[in-house]
Amino acid sequence: MVSERKPVSDARRRFLADTARTGCGAALLGLAVGFHARQARSTPATALRPPGALAEPGFLGACIRCGMCVRDCPYGTLRLARPEDELATGTPFFVARDVPCEMCEDIPCVKACPTGALDHALTDIDAARMGLAVLVDQENCLNFLGMRCDVCYRVCPAIDEAITLERQHNLRTGAHTMFLPVVHAEHCTGCGKCEKSCVLEQSAIKVLPLALARGAPGEHYQLGWIEKEKAGRSLVEEQGLIDLPDRVPETPGATPAVPPALQGDQL
Amino acid sequence: MSAAPRIGADAVAAKGWLGAHRWLLARRVCQLGILALFLLGPLAGLWIVKGNLAYSLTLGTLHLADPFVVLQSLLARHVPERAVVIGALTVLAFYLAVGGRAYCAWVCPLNIVTDAAHWGRERLGITGQGARLSPRLRYWVLGVVLVLAAVSGTLAWEMVNPVSMLHRGLIFGMGAGWFVVAAVFFFDLMVTRRGWCGHVCPAGAFYGLVNRWSPLKVNAAGRAACNDCAECFAVCPEPQVIKPALKGAKLGIGPVILDAACTNCGRCIDVCSRDVFAFGSRFAGDEVATRERAPPAGAGACQQSTTETGS
Repeated sequence: MVSERKPVSDARRRFLADTARTGCGAALLGLAVGFHARQARSTPATALRPPGALAEPGFLGACIRCGMCVRDCPYGTLRLARPEDELATGTPFFVARDVPCEMCEDIPCVKACPTGALDHALTDIDAARMGLAVLVDQENCLNFLGMRCDVCYRVCPAIDEAITLERQHNLRTGAHTMFLPVVHAEHCTGCGKCEKSCVLEQSAIKVLPLALARGAPGEHYQLGWIEKEKAGRSLVEEQGLIDLPDRVPETPGATPAVPPALQGDQL
Repeated sequence: MSAAPRIGADAVAAKGWLGAHRWLLARRVCQLGILALFLLGPLAGLWIVKGNLAYSLTLGTLHLADPFVVLQSLLARHVPERAVVIGALTVLAFYLAVGGRAYCAWVCPLNIVTDAAHWGRERLGITGQGARLSPRLRYWVLGVVLVLAAVSGTLAWEMVNPVSMLHRGLIFGMGAGWFVVAAVFFFDLMVTRRGWCGHVCPAGAFYGLVNRWSPLKVNAAGRAACNDCAECFAVCPEPQVIKPALKGAKLGIGPVILDAACTNCGRCIDVCSRDVFAFGSRFAGDEVATRERAPPAGAGACQQSTTETGS
């Protein structure tokens, strides 16, 4: 019985070894590709996705890198990433400082997308959120230095909504007003016109990907005045003011409430 | 360099140079013609075709999409828009008709690169298989690629895929993509004979699966005239597919090359001085009056014996 099976077992062993070798080779390749794909998941701060792009991990599963959005962009804004670029090879992006988005009303790039990686539900370009302009360098911004540059404000397609000029007294001269550009996320589409047209050698205002530009309070945060507005009345007052007990030593000689180090200055 | 006359010399003597390179020339015209159509837009402003092989729009009406990429996208849990679904189904139907791996031989831009590497290999006198890889490796790679898409939720393979990188690069700008293409070239030139297309490429494996049902096949209907010169084996990118059809008469195997790896490139037809091979239907029989049993029932058996003799 055993001697009969010997030759078969040899062939089978070779077959199994070959299969294992091939399978392991494929798995190794898969690991390498998977590792690379994992690294390429984040977009660099300078690259912006076209209007309507799905949020990043989803976009990388939806975009088949056909370049139709690039072709239908009338301003040559969009490009496909090359292997040496810092984002997933073949995916569309633009660099605001080079060519910003001109915010076409008919959004041809989104219409051209055959997969829906650029969401066809986006029909109003003002609702696009390609990124968010952030005045990253107040120390070099000419308006912050007290001059009237105003260029970012003037070129903004949503002037007086996405960027407003807030007045502030100029303490340096003591006699003038500063007009400080302030970005409002509610209206900023991230088109990048402000970054493109900043007159400085390095733009003081930059459009950053939303994930980078925005903070987020914890879900449990509630702003009292908004809650009050929603409810139409104060949520606190009718419950009576909360009066926390004052912490004073109950008996003389007990541990003092104020650390000894502070006692000299404070008391 | 071998002392023997160059491969194809007999065919050139018998059919003339053009006759012995008919399908090769047709293939190059097809490959370069498709590339030219894509390049006419960006280079000459003539927008007949927009996009690339992943998805293209011809004359504003014809949607074509790569079903392999779309399958990955589906596995990454994205429900695509209609355009790409119509495109993928159209392409799938086309390759079901003409043979899935016709994509590899007639459309894929990387084929020119790997054919060039193979030509270089012969010129340098590099004989033998080189590093031993199983032709079935590509099916494993295909599996891994699909699993990766499902697990990562992204088109992970498309970040390194040399096929799409080359085609997209030629149209939209190559950049460092040349390094990847060069890597495939040198892999095929120095490491393994027909290494990329014949062993690794998961797109080829995918289209090979489509190949299983296509009616258009190369056959060795004139196999009775074979003089055992073995030049078809020398030029075939998937030499394991020929043997059952060419030499299987005594075993009752039909003359049609049914192996899914056949790319319908037609080089065997070109290189044969005896006109053994021809394009035909998958149900074709021998040229000789005595028809052998080839029809559907036999087809499965042929596949079986192909894999056995091929390994």
